[in-house]
Amino acid sequence: MAEISMTVNGRKVTGTVEDRTLLVHFLRENQGLTGTHVGCDTSQCGACVVHLDGKAVKSCSMLAAQASGSDVLTIEGLAEGGELHPVQAAFKEHHGLQCGFCTPGMIMAAADMIRRHPQGLDEKTVRAELEGNICRCTGYHNIVKAVLAASEAMSGKAKAA
Amino acid sequence: MHQTTYHRASSLSEAVKLLNDADDGKYVAGGQTLIPTMKQRLAAPSDLVDLRHIADLKGIEISGDKVKIGAAATHAEVAEDKALAKACPAISHLATHIGDPHVRHMGTIGGSIANNDPAADYPAALLALNATVHTNKREISADDFFVDLFETALEDDEIITAVSFTLPEKAGYAKFPNPASRYALTGVFVAKRADGVRAAVTGAGENGVFRADPIEQALASSFDASALDGITIPADSLMTDIHASAEYRANLVAVMAKRAVQAANG
Repeated sequence: MAEISMTVNGRKVTGTVEDRTLLVHFLRENQGLTGTHVGCDTSQCGACVVHLDGKAVKSCSMLAAQASGSDVLTIEGLAEGGELHPVQAAFKEHHGLQCGFCTPGMIMAAADMIRRHPQGLDEKTVRAELEGNICRCTGYHNIVKAVLAASEAMSGKAKAA
Repeated sequence: MHQTTYHRASSLSEAVKLLNDADDGKYVAGGQTLIPTMKQRLAAPSDLVDLRHIADLKGIEISGDKVKIGAAATHAEVAEDKALAKACPAISHLATHIGDPHVRHMGTIGGSIANNDPAADYPAALLALNATVHTNKREISADDFFVDLFETALEDDEIITAVSFTLPEKAGYAKFPNPASRYALTGVFVAKRADGVRAAVTGAGENGVFRADPIEQALASSFDASALDGITIPADSLMTDIHASAEYRANLVAVMAKRAVQAANG
């Protein structure tokens, strides 16, 4: 068994898990954070994307023990004080989802993408950057619209601040 | 996944000791191949020795015409390194197109070449750039390093610490990605130097990455895509699988080589 400790959504957490426990299972089963989804279990769909030390990673492709000592952000930690994060708000506004299963991973991927492109995003870049996230409902159009809108809203916010 | 025991090494010597103490241990870096493989029960190491936190394996250095990339540099770090992008844009381009953004945040250059997947991108770059693989025991030329499918010259407890190469005059990489996995269905890396051209092919060879003599010879006299017009690549030792036949890949080698040369010539 592995004794692990990490910061999850700003909260220090510890746990004793089997060494083979995946990070996504630690988050869902030990922490009750079921917003992070397991879609394909073969590292392709991106439904399990979380931020590890500020960077988007697939939580189904790493052990919880590998993440010990790190700072983890899940979809549950994105909104601040009851107000949706701009990416969440944009997905709602632009209807960037249908069944919603891929949405947590999409939103975490989008937030990471926007962080890495402070100069702004265009449609081609967004589509290329979404390579690691699969949606079987929307055909991606409204997801792309939502990411572009969020990118704009966030750079506007940055300028105003 | 079968049971395993996780260890985190903070130094190379500690990592070697942990591995040698294990029954059937494996090193893990980014784990973007190994963890999914373990999930499918295609690998079941008794112990995992995590190399991701060893400071000696990090960093990208460029001094003069020499480039040294630490084995634990992630694909994202290689892709985003501004000095490297200026010195050798072909390798930045290659790193930018491995997997997807999330994989690139974890996967490392050392892990990729140690695994030597026959469809991985980095082996083509290292072979074409005539790179050197540095380990905790020795230096190995790329020519000697890549042995066969998923097989390298590494000993069981040997750890890649860095890869280095001398900057070429020009280099380019083009791949035809499998649309589902983004692995190279065929990828060609070309590097031109005063003493000749090296062209390495990944994704196509039955025995993994290889140098394509007909392409190197054609480009030796004229480093221009037109020098490859009408070139025929023998399909003999190329792979046939559900994605493409050997003949299809042979054609792709020529097409990707042309695109790589065009990219190199900017």
